[in-house]
Amino acid sequence: MVDLRRAAAIVGVHEHITRYAPDKSELQIQAESIQKALEDAGLEKKDVDGLFCASMSVRNSGLNLADYLNLYPKMVDNTTVGGGSFEFHLSHALNAIHAGRINCAVITYATQARSGGVSVGTGGISRQGHPRLDPSPDSFEELYGLTTVGLYAMIAQRHMHLYGTTSEQLAEVAVTMRRHASLNPEALFRDPITVEDVMRSPVVSTPLHRNDCCVITDGGGAVVVASPELARNCKQKPVWILGAGEAVAHQGAGKRDLMYIAAKQSHAPAFEMAGVTQKDIDMAMIYDSFTITVIETLEDLGFCEKGEGGQYVLNGRIGLGGDMPINTDGGGLSSNHPGMRGLFLLLEATRQLRGQFEGTERQVPDCKIALCHGTGGALGSRHSGGTVILAKD
Amino acid sequence: MTTWNKPLPTINGETKTFWDMARRGTLLIQKCDSCNEFQWYPRGICSNCWSSDIKWFPSTGRGTVWTYTVTNQNRTQGFDTGPYVLALVELEEGVRMFTNIVECDPKDVSIGMSVEVTFQQATPQISVPLFKPAS
Ligand SMILES: [Zn+2]
Repeated sequence: MVDLRRAAAIVGVHEHITRYAPDKSELQIQAESIQKALEDAGLEKKDVDGLFCASMSVRNSGLNLADYLNLYPKMVDNTTVGGGSFEFHLSHALNAIHAGRINCAVITYATQARSGGVSVGTGGISRQGHPRLDPSPDSFEELYGLTTVGLYAMIAQRHMHLYGTTSEQLAEVAVTMRRHASLNPEALFRDPITVEDVMRSPVVSTPLHRNDCCVITDGGGAVVVASPELARNCKQKPVWILGAGEAVAHQGAGKRDLMYIAAKQSHAPAFEMAGVTQKDIDMAMIYDSFTITVIETLEDLGFCEKGEGGQYVLNGRIGLGGDMPINTDGGGLSSNHPGMRGLFLLLEATRQLRGQFEGTERQVPDCKIALCHGTGGALGSRHSGGTVILAKD
Repeated sequence: MTTWNKPLPTINGETKTFWDMARRGTLLIQKCDSCNEFQWYPRGICSNCWSSDIKWFPSTGRGTVWTYTVTNQNRTQGFDTGPYVLALVELEEGVRMFTNIVECDPKDVSIGMSVEVTFQQATPQISVPLFKPAS
């Protein structure tokens, strides 16, 4: 394989701090975010020649966003594979920049899931009225009242059955994310919670409690990715892309073992490309749609053996100060989950690698290499997994 | 016939035979004549070898619960009235399908329990395969 290490860098980031924005449009939040991320990088509109985005609600989002921004990019990538789409975008931007087709890509996302009253996890198909289902696979799935929570809950149930994982272990993930959120002034929920609090929250879909599920917010953000030449002239020190891997996992005609998730396939090429191992990772941003997502992902990324994820997350290991701090912004479980969260993994990893929180409890000390893993779709049916490994300059 | 207020499947050329036989109380899966693999859900090609040589195959309708969840919260009409069991059942032929476990207390469902197919008539054309504890 061609050596793509440091063939592109993240040079600008912006997180729209809103968690509730009924008076803005989705495209407006994206535009504001792009403008701020370019400012962060010291770049301008004229520098942007690649546009990467996904949307839950805007049709042809790349086309409509280019129109809104009055931008004529040389490359538009609308890859939409659920919440982890943005790790795929970064991987694609790396290819395009290395190939010399573009010099500067913007990756962006926004939504008004919260102000729009979208039941992301428990809506089923209700928000489309009450239609005839699409032929396949919906006619053989949605027929039975699938929800996003339910699909993850079925994986949690079997994980408990096979490996003895407990609700307390799942809760530990939520508790840790809340502790991190308490250090993030923008987080939606900042008051500390205990394992007992999680266990006492209502059961949405057995065995998952409400606090095992991510929050629903509005929000958005943007990431600017540049060629090494351009990156050297930016305001911020570059955060280099070391490796990327992409995968999908699905039902495999009713025969695939759904306990293994796409991270199992996507992490190997990312680590191989980066030339690092799990031991070299200083912090990780792990898509935390649900507590079980974190446990399954840590296992299938190879941070622990299959079935040991429940043990792995105990004793502060995934918290700030632990061996493998994850989601130092508070994650989807406490900070924000605007329908899709993959972009925010890249934002926080970049902030950590820049040392932006130096001198505060939120900073991972001596943070040199970070991993982001986005999961999109649902573990129990079909989903995507995008792994990217980033390094400080 | 109970009133069906849940979503209904769309029947097309790929699935008409399936629903015709479901109405008569038979659960069909598919088997490939080229590679002998079973597949679920029904589709127009063999997803294993991409041959078009697929045949309908009557399942025994027996299987075990591979995993399940008791869903308390779903805003979809028909599923919004109380707990129901969403499950993946592994048929004896080795393929897993989504379904609901019915005719038992949700609390009594467990992974590995033996179940068998039962059909609930939704419309004169459509009977939906569900599973109940094996007799
Ligand atoms: Zn075949």
